[in-house]
Amino acid sequence: MATEEQSNGYKSGSNLEKVLRAGHFAVTGELGPPQNADREHILEKAKLLTGAVDAVNITDNQTAVVRMSSIASGVLAIGEGLEPIVQMTCRDRNRLAIQADLLGAHALGMRNLLCLTGDHNVFGNHPAAKNVHDLDSVQLIRMVKDLRQGKFQCGDDIKGARPTFFIGAASNPFGDPFEFRPYRLAKKVAAGADFVQTQLIYDIPRFREFMQKVVEMGLHEKVYIMAGVGPLKSSGMARYMRDQVPGMIVQDEYVDRMKAAIAGIPKEEKKARRQAWRQMGIQICIEQIQEIREIEGVAGVHIMAVEWEAAVRPIVDGAGMLPRPTVRMSTSEAKE
Amino acid sequence: MIVGEQKPLDEIMELLGDARKVLIAGCGTCVTVCFAGGEKEVGILASELRMKSKLDGHPMEVDEVTVQRQCEWEYIDPLAERLDDYDVILSLACGIGVQAMNEHFPDAITMPGLNTTFLGLPEEQGVWEERCQACGDCILGITGGICPIARCSKQLLNGPCGGSQNGMCEIDPDVPCAWQLIWERAVKLGTVERLIEIQAPKDWSTSRDGGPRKIVRDDLRLADAE
Repeated sequence: MATEEQSNGYKSGSNLEKVLRAGHFAVTGELGPPQNADREHILEKAKLLTGAVDAVNITDNQTAVVRMSSIASGVLAIGEGLEPIVQMTCRDRNRLAIQADLLGAHALGMRNLLCLTGDHNVFGNHPAAKNVHDLDSVQLIRMVKDLRQGKFQCGDDIKGARPTFFIGAASNPFGDPFEFRPYRLAKKVAAGADFVQTQLIYDIPRFREFMQKVVEMGLHEKVYIMAGVGPLKSSGMARYMRDQVPGMIVQDEYVDRMKAAIAGIPKEEKKARRQAWRQMGIQICIEQIQEIREIEGVAGVHIMAVEWEAAVRPIVDGAGMLPRPTVRMSTSEAKE
Repeated sequence: MIVGEQKPLDEIMELLGDARKVLIAGCGTCVTVCFAGGEKEVGILASELRMKSKLDGHPMEVDEVTVQRQCEWEYIDPLAERLDDYDVILSLACGIGVQAMNEHFPDAITMPGLNTTFLGLPEEQGVWEERCQACGDCILGITGGICPIARCSKQLLNGPCGGSQNGMCEIDPDVPCAWQLIWERAVKLGTVERLIEIQAPKDWSTSRDGGPRKIVRDDLRLADAE
């Protein structure tokens, strides 16, 4: 097969790849497209994130609810100077549809792709839909790598421009079976993942345990691991995450701090309570980033502020990560 | 075995329409074993239809018959002479039986009284679970005898998704995660290494995706059939 790297030494040349290759602690965010055709919605959210993150994930029918397509939203984000990480699930498309969309996404300027299994369709707004799962996420990663090397999944050569993506994978360090998780990550790395974004982390000790195994296996030297974090919005949300969300472990300490944030503010003063909560949520997130940054093998953070994009810039700023780096060098210079 | 479940009575009544004379045809194999379409269920449904149609003011004449296997010509051949008497045949066989009846007796109308639900087994008395999707390319040899095509909600071949919690699938806390079972079995058998190998995309052409399937065994065919 042809060489992986382009003449400039990069696999995709995306900003995210450059920032990570240059050794900076990278920051990515998340942008959820609307359940309608409103371009302004994307543009407004993009404005909140431009300059605060190195690239932004654009979700693909998140929670199996129909939304504006990830690739179309990505075009709008690029227009606002924001680099997209296109999310692609195996739920809605077979190998033909995925490859066709990736050829198009590359032609439209996308350079990062996050390969996902996808939430099951029973959770979404079309539970009667037929799901696809022609490939799983590991096979998807391999296919995207093959495309980058000039081969379609069937083995045919791509004649002409190749879609070259910086390939992302997801990892849930808290899913079961816990012992299998590092191996699952290893499979994604072996399949061709360049970077990994983890599930939202509140249980830092358990994440540390996971990372220890990852470092033991040497995976952190083969892939950039970005830890998923996200600000809590209220004590109700903290409790909900602790008690209701499968696979989410939120320590009582955070729930208590969110509760303490509104101490002395009367219930009627909704706005003041909201503000106090949000301030505390941002503060806790900043502390978590600082703690996570010290864990061996972590190359960056992925900030998931769902429907609260405005929180991202203060978090990145508070964690001392602004301004975001601009990497213009080629890889050979970056190594020096 | 093939597992089936009787359709709701209202749906059956709708399928029967204006029929005045109905023959309920049971099957003595899979659907008998899963208590959905054997001789006993035929009898119960026949009584229900007689009562319901009477209450509705349009009494139906309902007869009963159960053959050993509704999916083989030789077992349904003897029905031929009786069928002219009926407006509709209501089959309590699986979808194969219903189609066999329609194919073999094109002048009669055979309606389905069951939903064919899956290929599975009785996990315990009164509980059936799916075990096989007839994908046409068995991988049980590499998954410790547990099928992720039939039992993983996303048909994953390279391990569990992030939705596996406490051994259960994200779609329902009562559905075991196939990959939790596969992992535990691999640990027990000492074959974890095998699960770490990347499984290539599945060739779905042996499954329904390749179109209707057919097997021809020349070693078994009769000379005059060719």
